[in-house]
Amino acid sequence: MSEEQIKNLEEQFEARIVRDDKIEPKDWMPEKYRQTHIRQISQHAHSEIVGMLPEGNWITRAPSLRRKVALLAKVQDEGGHGLYLYSAAETLGISRDEMFEQLHSGKAKYSSIFNYPALTWADMGAIGWLVDGAAIINQVALCGTSYGPYARAMVRICKEESFHQRQGYEIMLKLSEGAQEQKDMAQDALNRFWWPSLMMFGPKDDESPHTAQSMKWKLKRKTNDDLRQQFIDQTVPQAELIGLTIPDPDLKWNEEKKGYDFGPIDWDEFWQVVKGHGPCNKERMKARVNAWEEGTWVRDAAMSYAEKQQKRKEKQAV
Amino acid sequence: MKEQLYKYILGIADNSLILGQRMGELCGHGPSLETDIACTNISLDLFGQVRSYYQYAAKIAGDNRTEDDIAMLRKEREYVNVLLVEQPNTDFAYIMARHFLFDMYHYMFLQELQKSQDLTLSAIATKSIKEVSYHLRFSSDWIKRLGDGTEESHSRIKNSIDDLWTYTDELFHLTDADKVMVNEGVGVDVTKLKDTYYTKVSEILQEATLEVPESKYFQKGGKQGIHTEHLGYLLAELQYMQRAYPNMEW
Repeated sequence: MSEEQIKNLEEQFEARIVRDDKIEPKDWMPEKYRQTHIRQISQHAHSEIVGMLPEGNWITRAPSLRRKVALLAKVQDEGGHGLYLYSAAETLGISRDEMFEQLHSGKAKYSSIFNYPALTWADMGAIGWLVDGAAIINQVALCGTSYGPYARAMVRICKEESFHQRQGYEIMLKLSEGAQEQKDMAQDALNRFWWPSLMMFGPKDDESPHTAQSMKWKLKRKTNDDLRQQFIDQTVPQAELIGLTIPDPDLKWNEEKKGYDFGPIDWDEFWQVVKGHGPCNKERMKARVNAWEEGTWVRDAAMSYAEKQQKRKEKQAV
Repeated sequence: MKEQLYKYILGIADNSLILGQRMGELCGHGPSLETDIACTNISLDLFGQVRSYYQYAAKIAGDNRTEDDIAMLRKEREYVNVLLVEQPNTDFAYIMARHFLFDMYHYMFLQELQKSQDLTLSAIATKSIKEVSYHLRFSSDWIKRLGDGTEESHSRIKNSIDDLWTYTDELFHLTDADKVMVNEGVGVDVTKLKDTYYTKVSEILQEATLEVPESKYFQKGGKQGIHTEHLGYLLAELQYMQRAYPNMEW
């Protein structure tokens, strides 16, 4: 293809983005658009499956059968989200095995929030309420993203996530109505998950390397700081309603901006965890790598069986 | 009669409870995302069944006990599940062998329980059998894949079937409560399922190129609350919250 032809295609592509057309897998797209989407969608898929670990860790200890069933259903939904997202990324020409390889080698990232440990039952509430709550804010913004398969996956995922968030909040509500030990457990979980949840929206806009290009391609529709502010404004009244205190002494309503001002985020901690040195980074990766390696013989068996069946079928056909 | 019915329900439900708990341990650690989701889903089905049975048992007991009291506040010797379901998740072959050997029984049992004179039990059976027919298909398919897959998978599934075979005979023992309930037309006479069970299991094993184990030495005791050492650890996790924070609502 000549340079001029490529330039033409690029112009047409940019015009489609401006018109809010959806880009579909077979459409021409700039290589960088493809790569950026592979990076983001696979990162999102990895977050879903690594996210199964901290909650999976509480399935066997859930305090009641009702809670156990709800937690199992939630973790199962997350696995399902992982599946659609991997499929969406595959439409861009990468295989699931390649994506796993990138995850296991540390080349691909996943949401850093899952590198914090889930220590008590209240953490199941805090994760649902705050982590799924933050995820929804990010994801609702993505329902209008320009890449069709990703946008459609997001619409479906958002419905389930909002259910998870209500479920998490309901766990916190129940704890806050309970004995002092339960209230303390809920407050402690909020204390530990509040700041990492704010970090889920990523670095500040002026330090976010991908924001400008992603906004232009409508891969992102709002900036990190805008989404973070929206999350805080939405969550503070919810905490007040159930008698919990946000662990930020600088938190204050700002009438002028009609939003909360908040204290400084510890960006050193953020980068430490992103770079692989959070409390559970090594354990999470080890769990994923072990599951994959220990499962090799099972996947090989399934493949070999399928091949044998295929051959038998062909033989019968002859 | 009431006490026997209560015991009878626990005899059914404890199997689903303990197997559901074992499957719940696997979440996020399966050999592929699809199997991970399937195992979580199976655990979810089993706990759904457990809730229906224990809610009914709590009603029969007629005091203030709840489904959670029954699930989480009994002592080790009071659980009456069969030994098979408490066996550990040694590897995927053991997990599927345990499931398959139980699912075949479970499916046949529920087919009969649907005919129970007790309308609640028959309704639970009718609802559960749809789920369990999927469990049986899933585990049977894996027995075939692993048996007729690679040399390694064949040898692993062979070992696991050989090891777990010793726990199959107990499935067909009748407890005192079972006998009373069979006479009342409420319970299933599991002794009558035994021959068909071994025939059907053998068919799948043969299709999977596996030999049917010949051992005639069997373990029993679960139905009387005499378990393997594995159960204590499982219960320690299952009961942790209820024991550490007694009398609280969650």
